[in-house]
Amino acid sequence: MFRLPGSFFRCPAFCRGDGRKLSAPVFEQLIVMYLTLFLTFVRIGMFTIGGGYAMIPLIEREIVRRGWMEREEFVRMFAVTQSLPGVFAVNISIFVGYKLKRFWGSVVCALGTILPSFVIILLIALFFRRFQDNPYVIRIFNGIRPAVVALILVPCLSAAKAIRMSRMELLVPLVAALLIWKWGVSPVWIVLGAILGGLIYTLWLKEKLTGGKE
Amino acid sequence: MIYLQLLYVYLKVGIFGFGGGYAMLSLIQLEVVDRHHWLTLSEFTDVVAISQMTPGPIGINSATYIGYTVTGSVWGSVIATAAVCLPSFLLVLLISYFFARFRNNRYVNAAFTGLLPASVGLIAAAALLLMNRENFVDYKSLFIFAAAFFLTWRYRVHPILMICLAGLAGLLLY
Repeated sequence: MFRLPGSFFRCPAFCRGDGRKLSAPVFEQLIVMYLTLFLTFVRIGMFTIGGGYAMIPLIEREIVRRGWMEREEFVRMFAVTQSLPGVFAVNISIFVGYKLKRFWGSVVCALGTILPSFVIILLIALFFRRFQDNPYVIRIFNGIRPAVVALILVPCLSAAKAIRMSRMELLVPLVAALLIWKWGVSPVWIVLGAILGGLIYTLWLKEKLTGGKE
Repeated sequence: MIYLQLLYVYLKVGIFGFGGGYAMLSLIQLEVVDRHHWLTLSEFTDVVAISQMTPGPIGINSATYIGYTVTGSVWGSVIATAAVCLPSFLLVLLISYFFARFRNNRYVNAAFTGLLPASVGLIAAAALLLMNRENFVDYKSLFIFAAAFFLTWRYRVHPILMICLAGLAGLLLY
Protein backbone atom coordinates (compact mmCIF):
# COMPACT_ATOMS: atom_id res chain seq x y z
CA MET A 1 0.00 0.00 0.00
CA PHE A 2 1.08 3.53 -0.67
CA ARG A 3 1.51 6.02 2.15
CA LEU A 4 0.48 9.63 2.06
CA PRO A 5 2.70 12.31 3.62
CA GLY A 6 1.77 13.49 7.09
CA SER A 7 1.01 17.02 5.98
CA PHE A 8 -1.72 15.66 3.74
CA PHE A 9 -3.66 14.50 6.77
CA ARG A 10 -3.51 17.88 8.40
CA CYS A 11 -5.26 19.54 5.50
CA PRO A 12 -8.72 20.82 6.52
CA ALA A 13 -10.52 18.18 4.46
CA PHE A 14 -9.47 15.54 6.97
CA CYS A 15 -9.64 17.39 10.25
CA ARG A 16 -12.40 18.32 12.61
CA GLY A 17 -13.27 21.94 13.16
CA ASP A 18 -10.84 22.25 16.07
CA GLY A 19 -7.94 21.00 13.94
CA ARG A 20 -7.49 17.71 15.77
CA LYS A 21 -7.06 14.52 13.82
CA LEU A 22 -10.05 12.29 13.18
CA SER A 23 -10.21 8.79 14.57
CA ALA A 24 -9.05 6.05 12.20
CA PRO A 25 -12.43 4.59 11.09
CA VAL A 26 -13.99 8.02 10.48
CA PHE A 27 -10.88 8.98 8.57
CA GLU A 28 -11.10 5.89 6.41
CA GLN A 29 -14.73 6.63 5.66
CA LEU A 30 -13.78 10.10 4.52
CA ILE A 31 -11.05 8.79 2.22
CA VAL A 32 -13.50 6.32 0.72
CA MET A 33 -16.07 9.10 0.24
CA TYR A 34 -13.61 11.41 -1.53
CA LEU A 35 -12.33 8.56 -3.69
CA THR A 36 -15.85 7.52 -4.65
CA LEU A 37 -16.70 11.11 -5.55
CA PHE A 38 -13.53 11.51 -7.59
CA LEU A 39 -13.98 8.26 -9.49
CA THR A 40 -17.67 8.95 -10.12
CA PHE A 41 -16.78 12.28 -11.70
CA VAL A 42 -13.91 10.80 -13.67
CA ARG A 43 -16.43 8.38 -15.12
CA ILE A 44 -18.89 11.18 -15.83
CA GLY A 45 -16.15 13.31 -17.40
CA MET A 46 -15.01 10.44 -19.59
CA PHE A 47 -18.46 10.06 -21.15
CA THR A 48 -19.42 13.72 -21.46
CA ILE A 49 -19.21 13.76 -25.25
CA GLY A 50 -20.36 16.68 -27.37
CA GLY A 51 -20.54 19.49 -24.83
CA GLY A 52 -21.53 20.01 -21.21
CA TYR A 53 -25.18 19.13 -21.66
CA ALA A 54 -24.23 15.55 -22.36
CA MET A 55 -23.39 15.44 -18.67
CA ILE A 56 -27.01 15.81 -17.57
CA PRO A 57 -28.09 12.18 -18.11
CA LEU A 58 -24.90 10.93 -16.42
CA ILE A 59 -25.30 13.14 -13.36
CA GLU A 60 -28.93 12.21 -13.17
CA ARG A 61 -28.05 8.53 -13.17
CA GLU A 62 -24.98 8.63 -10.92
CA ILE A 63 -25.97 11.31 -8.42
CA VAL A 64 -29.76 11.47 -8.28
CA ARG A 65 -30.45 7.75 -8.50
CA ARG A 66 -27.85 7.09 -5.85
CA GLY A 67 -29.76 9.34 -3.50
CA TRP A 68 -26.93 11.85 -3.16
CA MET A 69 -29.24 14.59 -4.27
CA GLU A 70 -32.97 15.04 -4.85
CA ARG A 71 -34.19 15.47 -8.38
CA GLU A 72 -35.78 18.83 -7.65
CA GLU A 73 -32.55 20.05 -6.15
CA PHE A 74 -30.72 18.88 -9.24
CA VAL A 75 -33.09 20.82 -11.49
CA ARG A 76 -32.67 23.90 -9.28
CA MET A 77 -28.93 23.61 -9.46
CA PHE A 78 -29.08 23.15 -13.18
CA ALA A 79 -31.10 26.34 -13.55
CA VAL A 80 -28.59 28.35 -11.54
CA THR A 81 -25.59 26.88 -13.36
CA GLN A 82 -27.14 27.82 -16.70
CA SER A 83 -26.83 31.49 -15.94
CA LEU A 84 -23.20 31.37 -14.84
CA PRO A 85 -20.15 31.94 -17.02
CA GLY A 86 -17.51 29.27 -17.48
CA VAL A 87 -17.57 25.60 -18.33
CA PHE A 88 -21.02 24.25 -17.57
CA ALA A 89 -19.95 20.68 -16.78
CA VAL A 90 -17.25 21.82 -14.37
CA ASN A 91 -19.59 24.25 -12.65
CA ILE A 92 -22.23 21.62 -12.10
CA SER A 93 -19.68 19.22 -10.60
CA ILE A 94 -18.51 21.96 -8.25
CA PHE A 95 -22.12 22.41 -7.14
CA VAL A 96 -22.62 18.70 -6.51
CA GLY A 97 -19.29 18.42 -4.70
CA TYR A 98 -20.07 21.37 -2.46
CA LYS A 99 -23.46 20.00 -1.61
CA LEU A 100 -21.96 16.63 -0.62
CA LYS A 101 -18.66 17.55 1.01
CA ARG A 102 -18.29 21.34 1.04
CA PHE A 103 -15.07 22.93 -0.26
CA TRP A 104 -12.89 19.85 -0.68
CA GLY A 105 -15.78 17.96 -2.19
CA SER A 106 -16.07 20.59 -4.90
CA VAL A 107 -12.31 20.52 -5.56
CA VAL A 108 -12.34 16.73 -5.87
CA CYS A 109 -15.37 16.70 -8.19
CA ALA A 110 -14.02 19.46 -10.43
CA LEU A 111 -10.66 17.71 -10.78
CA GLY A 112 -12.43 14.44 -11.53
CA THR A 113 -14.41 16.05 -14.35
CA ILE A 114 -11.41 17.82 -15.85
CA LEU A 115 -8.87 15.01 -15.63
CA PRO A 116 -10.09 12.59 -18.34
CA SER A 117 -10.53 15.23 -21.02
CA PHE A 118 -7.26 16.89 -20.06
CA VAL A 119 -5.31 13.64 -20.40
CA ILE A 120 -7.03 12.57 -23.62
CA ILE A 121 -6.57 15.94 -25.33
CA LEU A 122 -2.95 16.11 -24.24
CA LEU A 123 -2.28 12.67 -25.72
CA ILE A 124 -3.92 13.74 -28.97
CA ALA A 125 -1.96 16.99 -29.06
CA LEU A 126 1.27 15.10 -28.40
CA PHE A 127 0.94 12.02 -30.61
CA PHE A 128 -2.12 12.04 -32.77
CA ARG A 129 -2.68 15.39 -34.40
CA ARG A 130 -4.82 14.14 -37.30
CA PHE A 131 -7.22 12.46 -34.89
CA GLN A 132 -10.28 14.13 -36.42
CA ASP A 133 -9.52 12.70 -39.89
CA ASN A 134 -9.28 9.09 -38.76
CA PRO A 135 -12.05 7.13 -40.56
CA TYR A 136 -12.84 4.91 -37.58
CA VAL A 137 -13.11 7.88 -35.26
CA ILE A 138 -15.46 9.61 -37.72
CA ARG A 139 -17.70 6.55 -37.96
CA ILE A 140 -17.88 6.03 -34.20
CA PHE A 141 -18.80 9.66 -33.63
CA ASN A 142 -21.42 9.62 -36.37
CA GLY A 143 -23.13 7.06 -34.17
CA ILE A 144 -22.58 8.76 -30.83
CA ARG A 145 -23.71 12.29 -31.69
CA PRO A 146 -27.40 11.63 -32.43
CA ALA A 147 -27.58 9.30 -29.40
CA VAL A 148 -26.32 12.10 -27.15
CA VAL A 149 -29.26 14.28 -28.22
CA ALA A 150 -31.64 11.50 -27.20
CA LEU A 151 -29.78 11.07 -23.91
CA ILE A 152 -30.29 14.75 -23.10
CA LEU A 153 -34.01 14.62 -23.93
CA VAL A 154 -34.74 11.81 -21.48
CA PRO A 155 -33.74 13.60 -18.23
CA CYS A 156 -35.45 16.72 -19.58
CA LEU A 157 -38.73 14.80 -19.70
CA SER A 158 -38.20 13.13 -16.34
CA ALA A 159 -37.39 16.50 -14.76
CA ALA A 160 -40.59 17.91 -16.26
CA LYS A 161 -42.48 15.02 -14.65
CA ALA A 162 -40.65 15.34 -11.33
CA ILE A 163 -41.55 18.98 -10.71
CA ARG A 164 -45.24 18.32 -11.52
CA MET A 165 -46.13 21.34 -13.60
CA SER A 166 -49.68 22.57 -14.09
CA ARG A 167 -50.91 23.25 -17.60
CA MET A 168 -50.20 26.96 -17.25
CA GLU A 169 -46.69 26.27 -15.98
CA LEU A 170 -46.01 24.05 -18.98
CA LEU A 171 -46.07 27.20 -21.10
CA VAL A 172 -42.89 28.42 -19.40
CA PRO A 173 -40.50 25.72 -20.67
CA LEU A 174 -42.11 25.80 -24.11
CA VAL A 175 -41.63 29.54 -24.47
CA ALA A 176 -38.12 29.36 -22.99
CA ALA A 177 -37.05 26.59 -25.38
CA LEU A 178 -38.52 28.42 -28.38
CA LEU A 179 -36.85 31.71 -27.49
CA ILE A 180 -33.43 30.08 -27.26
CA TRP A 181 -33.79 27.71 -30.16
CA LYS A 182 -35.55 29.89 -32.73
CA TRP A 183 -34.43 33.41 -31.83
CA GLY A 184 -31.06 32.74 -30.24
CA VAL A 185 -31.87 34.45 -26.95
CA SER A 186 -29.10 33.88 -24.39
CA PRO A 187 -30.01 31.50 -21.53
CA VAL A 188 -28.85 34.22 -19.13
CA TRP A 189 -31.88 36.36 -20.08
CA ILE A 190 -34.24 33.41 -19.76
CA VAL A 191 -32.95 32.71 -16.25
CA LEU A 192 -33.21 36.34 -15.17
CA GLY A 193 -36.70 36.60 -16.68
CA ALA A 194 -37.79 33.41 -14.94
CA ILE A 195 -36.52 34.66 -11.57
CA LEU A 196 -38.40 37.92 -12.01
CA GLY A 197 -41.52 36.10 -13.18
CA GLY A 198 -41.40 33.71 -10.24
CA LEU A 199 -41.05 36.57 -7.77
CA ILE A 200 -43.88 38.59 -9.27
CA TYR A 201 -46.16 35.56 -9.51
CA THR A 202 -45.63 34.17 -6.02
CA LEU A 203 -45.40 37.38 -4.06
CA TRP A 204 -48.00 39.45 -5.81
CA LEU A 205 -50.12 37.89 -8.55
CA LYS A 206 -50.94 34.63 -6.77
CA GLU A 207 -52.63 36.46 -3.92
CA LYS A 208 -54.71 38.50 -6.30
CA LEU A 209 -55.73 35.50 -8.38
CA THR A 210 -56.75 33.35 -5.45
CA GLY A 211 -58.23 36.30 -3.57
CA GLY A 212 -55.67 35.96 -0.78
CA LYS A 213 -57.24 32.72 0.43
CA GLU A 214 -54.05 30.72 0.62
CA MET B 1 5.40 36.02 -21.41
CA ILE B 2 3.30 33.80 -23.62
CA TYR B 3 2.21 31.98 -20.46
CA LEU B 4 0.97 35.21 -18.92
CA GLN B 5 -0.94 36.06 -22.07
CA LEU B 6 -2.44 32.60 -22.10
CA LEU B 7 -3.45 32.98 -18.46
CA TYR B 8 -5.00 36.37 -19.16
CA VAL B 9 -6.92 35.20 -22.24
CA TYR B 10 -8.35 32.12 -20.56
CA LEU B 11 -9.27 33.93 -17.35
CA LYS B 12 -11.20 36.31 -19.58
CA VAL B 13 -12.90 33.41 -21.35
CA GLY B 14 -13.76 31.93 -17.94
CA ILE B 15 -15.32 35.17 -16.78
CA PHE B 16 -17.24 36.18 -19.89
CA GLY B 17 -17.99 32.79 -21.41
CA PHE B 18 -21.72 32.73 -20.82
CA GLY B 19 -24.02 30.23 -22.43
CA GLY B 20 -22.01 27.03 -22.54
CA GLY B 21 -19.45 25.48 -24.86
CA TYR B 22 -20.42 26.80 -28.26
CA ALA B 23 -20.96 30.37 -27.12
CA MET B 24 -17.58 30.13 -25.43
CA LEU B 25 -15.93 28.98 -28.65
CA SER B 26 -16.69 32.22 -30.46
CA LEU B 27 -15.04 34.12 -27.63
CA ILE B 28 -12.00 31.83 -27.77
CA GLN B 29 -11.83 32.28 -31.53
CA LEU B 30 -11.85 36.05 -31.18
CA GLU B 31 -8.94 35.95 -28.73
CA VAL B 32 -6.84 33.12 -30.12
CA VAL B 33 -7.29 33.63 -33.88
CA ASP B 34 -8.20 37.27 -34.46
CA ARG B 35 -6.42 39.06 -31.65
CA HIS B 36 -3.32 37.02 -30.80
CA HIS B 37 -2.83 35.05 -34.04
CA TRP B 38 -1.80 31.95 -32.10
CA LEU B 39 -3.73 29.72 -34.50
CA THR B 40 -4.98 30.12 -38.07
CA LEU B 41 -8.70 29.78 -38.67
CA SER B 42 -8.33 26.30 -40.15
CA GLU B 43 -6.23 25.15 -37.20
CA PHE B 44 -8.94 26.49 -34.93
CA THR B 45 -11.59 24.56 -36.87
CA ASP B 46 -9.52 21.43 -36.29
CA VAL B 47 -9.46 22.17 -32.56
CA VAL B 48 -13.24 22.48 -32.54
CA ALA B 49 -13.59 19.19 -34.42
CA ILE B 50 -11.26 17.42 -31.99
CA SER B 51 -13.08 18.89 -28.99
CA GLN B 52 -16.36 17.56 -30.32
CA MET B 53 -14.88 14.16 -30.97
CA THR B 54 -13.36 13.62 -27.57
CA PRO B 55 -14.97 13.21 -24.20
CA GLY B 56 -15.12 16.13 -21.85
CA PRO B 57 -16.55 19.62 -21.98
CA ILE B 58 -15.55 21.65 -25.04
CA GLY B 59 -14.33 24.56 -22.93
CA ILE B 60 -11.78 22.31 -21.22
CA ASN B 61 -10.80 20.42 -24.36
CA SER B 62 -10.06 23.54 -26.38
CA ALA B 63 -8.15 25.13 -23.50
CA THR B 64 -5.96 22.06 -23.09
CA TYR B 65 -5.30 21.71 -26.81
CA ILE B 66 -4.65 25.38 -27.53
CA GLY B 67 -2.53 25.71 -24.40
CA TYR B 68 -0.26 22.98 -25.65
CA THR B 69 -0.18 24.14 -29.28
CA VAL B 70 0.64 27.74 -28.42
CA THR B 71 3.47 27.05 -25.97
CA GLY B 72 4.62 23.60 -27.09
CA SER B 73 4.66 22.54 -23.47
CA VAL B 74 2.35 20.69 -21.12
CA TRP B 75 2.44 23.67 -18.75
CA GLY B 76 0.59 25.72 -21.34
CA SER B 77 -2.23 23.20 -21.14
CA VAL B 78 -2.24 23.26 -17.35
CA ILE B 79 -2.34 27.05 -17.20
CA ALA B 80 -5.07 27.47 -19.83
CA THR B 81 -7.24 24.76 -18.29
CA ALA B 82 -6.86 26.06 -14.75
CA ALA B 83 -7.49 29.64 -15.88
CA VAL B 84 -10.70 28.81 -17.70
CA CYS B 85 -12.08 27.05 -14.59
CA LEU B 86 -10.91 29.39 -11.87
CA PRO B 87 -13.35 32.34 -12.15
CA SER B 88 -16.47 30.18 -12.20
CA PHE B 89 -15.03 27.94 -9.50
CA LEU B 90 -14.97 30.88 -7.09
CA LEU B 91 -18.37 32.07 -8.26
CA VAL B 92 -20.00 28.65 -7.90
CA LEU B 93 -18.52 28.18 -4.43
CA LEU B 94 -19.95 31.51 -3.36
CA ILE B 95 -23.37 30.68 -4.78
CA SER B 96 -23.34 27.17 -3.28
CA TYR B 97 -22.66 28.74 0.08
CA PHE B 98 -25.67 31.04 -0.18
CA PHE B 99 -27.70 28.26 -1.72
CA ALA B 100 -27.19 26.18 1.41
CA ARG B 101 -27.91 29.11 3.73
CA PHE B 102 -31.05 30.47 2.12
CA ARG B 103 -32.79 27.23 1.29
CA ASN B 104 -36.01 28.19 2.96
CA ASN B 105 -35.97 31.88 2.26
CA ARG B 106 -39.33 33.16 0.96
CA TYR B 107 -37.88 35.20 -1.89
CA VAL B 108 -35.47 32.48 -3.01
CA ASN B 109 -38.31 29.98 -3.17
CA ALA B 110 -40.49 32.47 -5.05
CA ALA B 111 -37.71 32.93 -7.61
CA PHE B 112 -37.44 29.19 -8.05
CA THR B 113 -41.15 28.79 -8.87
CA GLY B 114 -40.30 30.53 -12.13
CA LEU B 115 -36.83 29.11 -12.53
CA LEU B 116 -37.73 25.42 -12.25
CA PRO B 117 -40.08 25.20 -15.25
CA ALA B 118 -37.81 27.51 -17.24
CA SER B 119 -34.81 25.27 -16.67
CA VAL B 120 -36.69 22.34 -18.18
CA GLY B 121 -37.06 24.58 -21.23
CA LEU B 122 -33.33 25.29 -21.16
CA ILE B 123 -32.48 21.59 -21.33
CA ALA B 124 -35.01 21.11 -24.13
CA ALA B 125 -33.44 24.01 -26.03
CA ALA B 126 -30.03 22.41 -25.65
CA ALA B 127 -31.33 19.21 -27.24
CA LEU B 128 -33.09 21.15 -30.03
CA LEU B 129 -29.95 23.14 -30.80
CA LEU B 130 -27.99 19.92 -31.16
CA MET B 131 -30.43 18.61 -33.75
CA ASN B 132 -28.44 20.08 -36.63
CA ARG B 133 -26.83 18.86 -39.83
CA GLU B 134 -23.56 18.22 -38.04
CA ASN B 135 -25.00 15.74 -35.58
CA PHE B 136 -27.63 14.27 -37.87
CA VAL B 137 -25.78 13.43 -41.08
CA ASP B 138 -28.46 11.24 -42.69
CA TYR B 139 -31.49 9.00 -42.00
CA LYS B 140 -29.31 6.52 -40.11
CA SER B 141 -28.67 9.20 -37.48
CA LEU B 142 -32.42 9.53 -37.00
CA PHE B 143 -32.62 5.80 -36.49
CA ILE B 144 -29.84 5.86 -33.86
CA PHE B 145 -31.51 8.82 -32.16
CA ALA B 146 -34.88 7.05 -31.98
CA ALA B 147 -33.36 3.79 -30.76
CA ALA B 148 -31.32 5.55 -28.08
CA PHE B 149 -34.33 7.50 -26.89
CA PHE B 150 -36.52 4.42 -26.73
CA LEU B 151 -33.93 2.30 -24.90
CA THR B 152 -33.14 4.89 -22.24
CA TRP B 153 -36.72 6.04 -21.73
CA ARG B 154 -38.32 2.63 -21.70
CA TYR B 155 -35.64 0.29 -20.39
CA ARG B 156 -33.52 2.75 -18.43
CA VAL B 157 -30.30 1.67 -20.14
CA HIS B 158 -27.34 3.40 -18.50
CA PRO B 159 -26.13 6.44 -20.52
CA ILE B 160 -22.53 5.15 -20.57
CA LEU B 161 -23.64 1.82 -22.03
CA MET B 162 -25.86 3.72 -24.48
CA ILE B 163 -22.92 5.82 -25.72
CA CYS B 164 -20.80 2.70 -26.22
CA LEU B 165 -23.63 1.00 -28.13
CA ALA B 166 -24.16 4.09 -30.28
CA GLY B 167 -20.43 4.21 -31.07
CA LEU B 168 -20.56 0.58 -32.10
CA ALA B 169 -23.66 1.25 -34.24
CA GLY B 170 -21.79 4.09 -35.95
CA LEU B 171 -18.82 1.84 -36.64
CA LEU B 172 -21.08 -0.80 -38.20
CA LEU B 173 -23.51 1.47 -40.09
CA TYR B 174 -21.17 4.03 -41.65
